Amino acid sequence: MARIDLDHIRHSYLPTPTSPSDYALKEVNLTFEDGGAYALLGSSGCGKTTLLNIISGLLTPSEGELLFDGKPVTELSTEARNIAQVFQFPVVYDTMSVYDNLAFPLRNRGVPAAEVDQKVNEILRIIDLESKAKRKAQGLTADEKQKISLGRGLVRSDTNAILFDEPLTVIDPHMKWVLRSQLKHLHKQFGFTMVYVTHDQTEALTFADKVVVMYGGEVVQIGTPDELFRKPQHTFVGYFIGSPGMNILPCEVDGTMARVGGHSVPLPCGLDPKKQAQKTEVGIRPEFVKLGGAGEGLPLKVNAVEDIGRYRILRGEMEGVALNAIVGEGMSIPESPTALFDPTQTNLYADSWLVSEGA
Amino acid sequence: MEKTVNNKAWFMVLPVLLLVAFTAVIPLMTVVNYAFQDSFGNNQFFWVGIEWFQELLSSERFHDALVRNLIFSFSILAIEISLGIGIALCMPKKGWGVPVCLVLMALPLLVPWNVVGTIWQVFGRADIGLLGYFLNSLGINYNYTQDPVAAWATVIVMDVWHWTSLVVLLCYAGLVSIPEAYYQAARIDGASRWAVFRYIQLPKMHSVLLIAVLLRFMDSFMIYTEPFVVTGGGPGNSTTFLSIDLVKMAIGQFDLGPAAAMSLVYFLIILLFSWVFYTAMNNIGTEKKHYAGEE
Repeated sequence: MARIDLDHIRHSYLPTPTSPSDYALKEVNLTFEDGGAYALLGSSGCGKTTLLNIISGLLTPSEGELLFDGKPVTELSTEARNIAQVFQFPVVYDTMSVYDNLAFPLRNRGVPAAEVDQKVNEILRIIDLESKAKRKAQGLTADEKQKISLGRGLVRSDTNAILFDEPLTVIDPHMKWVLRSQLKHLHKQFGFTMVYVTHDQTEALTFADKVVVMYGGEVVQIGTPDELFRKPQHTFVGYFIGSPGMNILPCEVDGTMARVGGHSVPLPCGLDPKKQAQKTEVGIRPEFVKLGGAGEGLPLKVNAVEDIGRYRILRGEMEGVALNAIVGEGMSIPESPTALFDPTQTNLYADSWLVSEGA
Repeated sequence: MEKTVNNKAWFMVLPVLLLVAFTAVIPLMTVVNYAFQDSFGNNQFFWVGIEWFQELLSSERFHDALVRNLIFSFSILAIEISLGIGIALCMPKKGWGVPVCLVLMALPLLVPWNVVGTIWQVFGRADIGLLGYFLNSLGINYNYTQDPVAAWATVIVMDVWHWTSLVVLLCYAGLVSIPEAYYQAARIDGASRWAVFRYIQLPKMHSVLLIAVLLRFMDSFMIYTEPFVVTGGGPGNSTTFLSIDLVKMAIGQFDLGPAAAMSLVYFLIILLFSWVFYTAMNNIGTEKKHYAGEE
């Protein structure tokens, strides 16, 4: 187990990158604390897997340095880094038995047979495959195969970190939940440093203590699930997290008021007059949009109302910009509704980045 | 799923049935017919029962040719399969080298059989052939027309040159179908190069190797043109394989009855060996039976 530092890491898949767009991973400075459970969250192609492969040593970064507990490991091979990694699609050694599959990483490292047996049996119990230990891995279901892959990642007790690359993609929803809780449990029990790559926000938010949100090869925010929800640092985080995502409305800023269309919205803070912004936007989560009667707030055109059980999602628009609101049970939707924003939960974005108080 | 029963469907397969009947079944029946009769020309046939088969199976000439055929097939299988796997492993997986290698590999496969024979016949000659001249100038007495060992070496090397490419291409197809994640997982698991081969590459090549072994066995067991062109079955009878013998009997001596009987036995031997290979290799790969109870 180790603390992992990424120091000015950049990576390009091209041999001679020139412009910033040639980089799959723009400059990343990041620290994964020893024993932390992290999620790397982002849409496909944002560089999550690249970052993971750099940590495990399957890729050597074009620039920058990687440190485990302060020691540089950038040049070390995957084996020497002592990292476990679980991939998106199950990797099992077809001709080996389930037991041998799990024992494989240990045997390759010359672990004594008695210890191998004890560890493998423990993992078999955790992944609930004890009854199939002796059979060949070939012909198992995708679920079972991925459990073996997970098991091979967990079987070594001395790993510096365990990396998961969307490991539950092929698992069916019920099992997903079970396996995720088991991972969480294992994390508490053994204190591995875990980094979990996913594009599923629920997975990220339930698994991790800290979520690293990536967008276009950059880390846009690192924070607890609550921080990501309340104070998204970047409009992408706002969109990406939450269902539906944050409402982002273009605006003009006038002191601590935002002008959206022809209407005023109070802001928690103003814009730093020294900083020039190309575009300014207000962001508010649908959870904090209240509905009012005519004349009370921003006029809202209702496109659809989705009843999803405990609450309803009002899909609307305001002067051509999508604006959603969550309407609680028992609340009525007025004839010609308007949207009222909770000023404490309204965020101001300048060039897509959050303008924080006092800045 | 319920099977739909519709007798009209038979009309759909009728053309194929007719085609197969004319190209395979009827000629085969002719052979079966000949195998139990004797002829004296003028289209006169006499029923002889299983006499030809008895004669064939106790004939030393047949035994010798069969043994030669088996030695030949197993030698070239051993060489071509291991060499084929080796070359496929060395071939690049991406970049400009891939098309270059593939074209180079495919070249021998494009050469017609008799041309391959002619190439090697000339290539091996001591007076004008590059190989023959070179070997003899090294002091090795190499003359495939007089020395059985040299004749065998030539025929085997020729076949390896001609057909290893097929095994290479099949193995390569198997290798490139392995997802990158397997190699990555193996590196994470600290697997040695040998373990990667043994537990990832070999299992993934299993099905293509089965095809390679079957194709190469059948083809090599029926080999005719190349040795016929190079050695003509000689020196003596040292490279007279079953097919060469069969042609001698049927066309040279016009012994239609014995030749037909030999054709049938020949056919059954190939069928038997192919079945054995198929079953054996399938069992190595899966060992499903052992676990059937758990399914």
